[in-house]
Amino acid sequence: MKETLRAAFVIGRRDFTAIIFSKAFFFFLLGPLFPLVVALIAGNLGKELAENRDTPVIGVMMDEQQADQLIKARETLSKQMGPNYFAEIKLVDIDNYDALPDPQSLLTNSDINYAVILSGSLEKPILTGTENSLRQLNASVALLSGYASNAQSTNLPAVQTNRVKSSANRVKDLRQTTGQAGMIILFMLTTLLAGMVLSNLVEEKSNKIIEILAASIPMDAVFIGKIFAMLVMAFVGIIVWSTMAYIGVSIWGTGIPNLPTPAVGWPIFLILGVIYFSMSYLMLASLFLGIGAMAATVREVQTLSMPATMLQMVVFFIAIFGANKLGEPIEMFASIFPFSSPLAMLSRAAQVDILWHHGIAIIGQAFFAILILRIGVTMFRRNVMKSGSGNKKKHKFFGLLARNA
Amino acid sequence: MNAIEARGLVKIFDGFRAVDNIDLLIPEGSIYGILGPNGAGKTTMLRTLLGIIDPDEGERTLLGSNDPLSQSPFVGYLPEERGLYQSMKAVDTIAFMGALRGMPLNDGREKGRILLEQAGLAHATDMQIKQLSKGMAQTVQLMGTIVHSPKLIVLDEPFSGLDALNQAKLERLIREQAANGVTVIFSTHVIAHAERLCENIAIVANGKISFDGLVETARDRLRPQVHLETEALDGSWRKALPDGTEAEGNWWHFELPETGVEPLLEALIEGKAGIKSLSIERPGLHDAFVSIAGEAVAAAMDEEISAGELL
Repeated sequence: MKETLRAAFVIGRRDFTAIIFSKAFFFFLLGPLFPLVVALIAGNLGKELAENRDTPVIGVMMDEQQADQLIKARETLSKQMGPNYFAEIKLVDIDNYDALPDPQSLLTNSDINYAVILSGSLEKPILTGTENSLRQLNASVALLSGYASNAQSTNLPAVQTNRVKSSANRVKDLRQTTGQAGMIILFMLTTLLAGMVLSNLVEEKSNKIIEILAASIPMDAVFIGKIFAMLVMAFVGIIVWSTMAYIGVSIWGTGIPNLPTPAVGWPIFLILGVIYFSMSYLMLASLFLGIGAMAATVREVQTLSMPATMLQMVVFFIAIFGANKLGEPIEMFASIFPFSSPLAMLSRAAQVDILWHHGIAIIGQAFFAILILRIGVTMFRRNVMKSGSGNKKKHKFFGLLARNA
Repeated sequence: MNAIEARGLVKIFDGFRAVDNIDLLIPEGSIYGILGPNGAGKTTMLRTLLGIIDPDEGERTLLGSNDPLSQSPFVGYLPEERGLYQSMKAVDTIAFMGALRGMPLNDGREKGRILLEQAGLAHATDMQIKQLSKGMAQTVQLMGTIVHSPKLIVLDEPFSGLDALNQAKLERLIREQAANGVTVIFSTHVIAHAERLCENIAIVANGKISFDGLVETARDRLRPQVHLETEALDGSWRKALPDGTEAEGNWWHFELPETGVEPLLEALIEGKAGIKSLSIERPGLHDAFVSIAGEAVAAAMDEEISAGELL
């Protein structure tokens, strides 16, 4: 085993330096910059739209006359303070309800995403909402109510606040967003990077270097070395890209999108993200390297890359489909099926704060990656190197999983 | 101890027995030639012995181990089809090949520089393989094969593609390595190389070993050839010539009889044959090869050689 890892390191080191010092790698690093630039431009264009949409909405439950006064007050004051200073005011359409609705239920169940509900009267306003939105809107509601009831008065009414805890449902919804964002990033990275492994053995095969390698070290070491070289290269890429993205966003952007905190917390979520990326990458790379090793020419590899990408798409759809259905069979399947497991488990990490099942998933994925690798090596030795079936050699490292080696 | 032992080795490619029940003992510390025409199964045999592929049947040990790859640090192998990473520097290539066999990269670089200098390629040290000529690249690969000071060097058709000068260099290198106690095994379809270099040979044809042993022994299988030129064409001395003598004008070609040269000479002189010239030649390896492997195989090899020369 030690010898295999040493040899894998030799292979990996060569591959890594060969990639890093090639001119092509520069373009590889620049690649994601193009869509990023487009995204930044598009982001700037959409900025104003986004700001309008993000203006919080105050739902008003008062009698019509007072509500009108309030709306007029907002119009008048907006001339001085600017159109975006005050939150939007919408009358709650009471006719839609049989009984007078409870402000609290309006916040969670209404079609309109109210930030707060204003009830009571202009003299005694009652504001219902989450702690955050209350803090944000308290002053402007006081100003509006005071101005509406008596434009001359400098005495503002005291706003009675009615704090609601954000409902469990709401947090779960938001956390799903974090989970999905994580899944999409994970999927994009593995798709972009794992596909490159397909053609990784073609040079060795066409150059006949494979003979030198096969005569010196176990084929496992060649595969492991190549996969890890690409993994390290992927990390170099990711670090460069995220640094570029961070710099780009902090210079031109609107700041990092404010995703809800995942259930396990950001640090663990990010660590899990790195681990699940590695696992997802290792499994797919093992598969692709095995498939690519069978291909005799670059043309064959190119032909194979389409079905390989399709396979990834299927996996992605399984995972994304299951993401919002925590605990349902499709989600369970996505979590257990090795190829979709990293995606589904990352989504879980965003929604549930249980940690032990990540340990199981990671161990399972690692074993599966080794299994695919071993199958790939065996197939390669059998079909490409035309190695014989006799004189079975015992593999110390992978003995547990070696079936036909 | 034997560097390589094989018993009952069989390797089948899609129903074709490329290596067909081969037994082989290659002693340590010798130059061993594997002789046979292309397609005889030499390369497959070497690949099987080195553990690049596993045999379908039989057993083999390399330096005493039945897991050939475990002996990797002590073995150097030059494949028949040469190939290197095109964009790697010459010295890095040598170091990389050494590293594959367990040599630290920096030691490999240092040794690589020395080897390249000795080979008169110091100027190519930091050049990329793709910038080198084919012959130079081959030399670099050969350096990479021996950089880690292996105990056993296996060269598959090392002379093919080399000009006469480089062939001589390679012969010198093989002799040097052998003088240091290294076992050198090489395959060739050129009998002259085996004859000049080897103590032991194996003759391979159609996946089988038809002879395995000392070059001397192979030669001794044939009686020395007598070439005689006489003035007289007939006389009582004719009885002293053995059966199967070839007559060619005044020339007579025949195998030296078991009784030796003296009775023959006496008969010739007494019978007044008038000896104009007489030579007794030990048979060359080529003749031995013909008698061992058969005319057809030998003819095939001669053809390859002349075809190779045309290229």
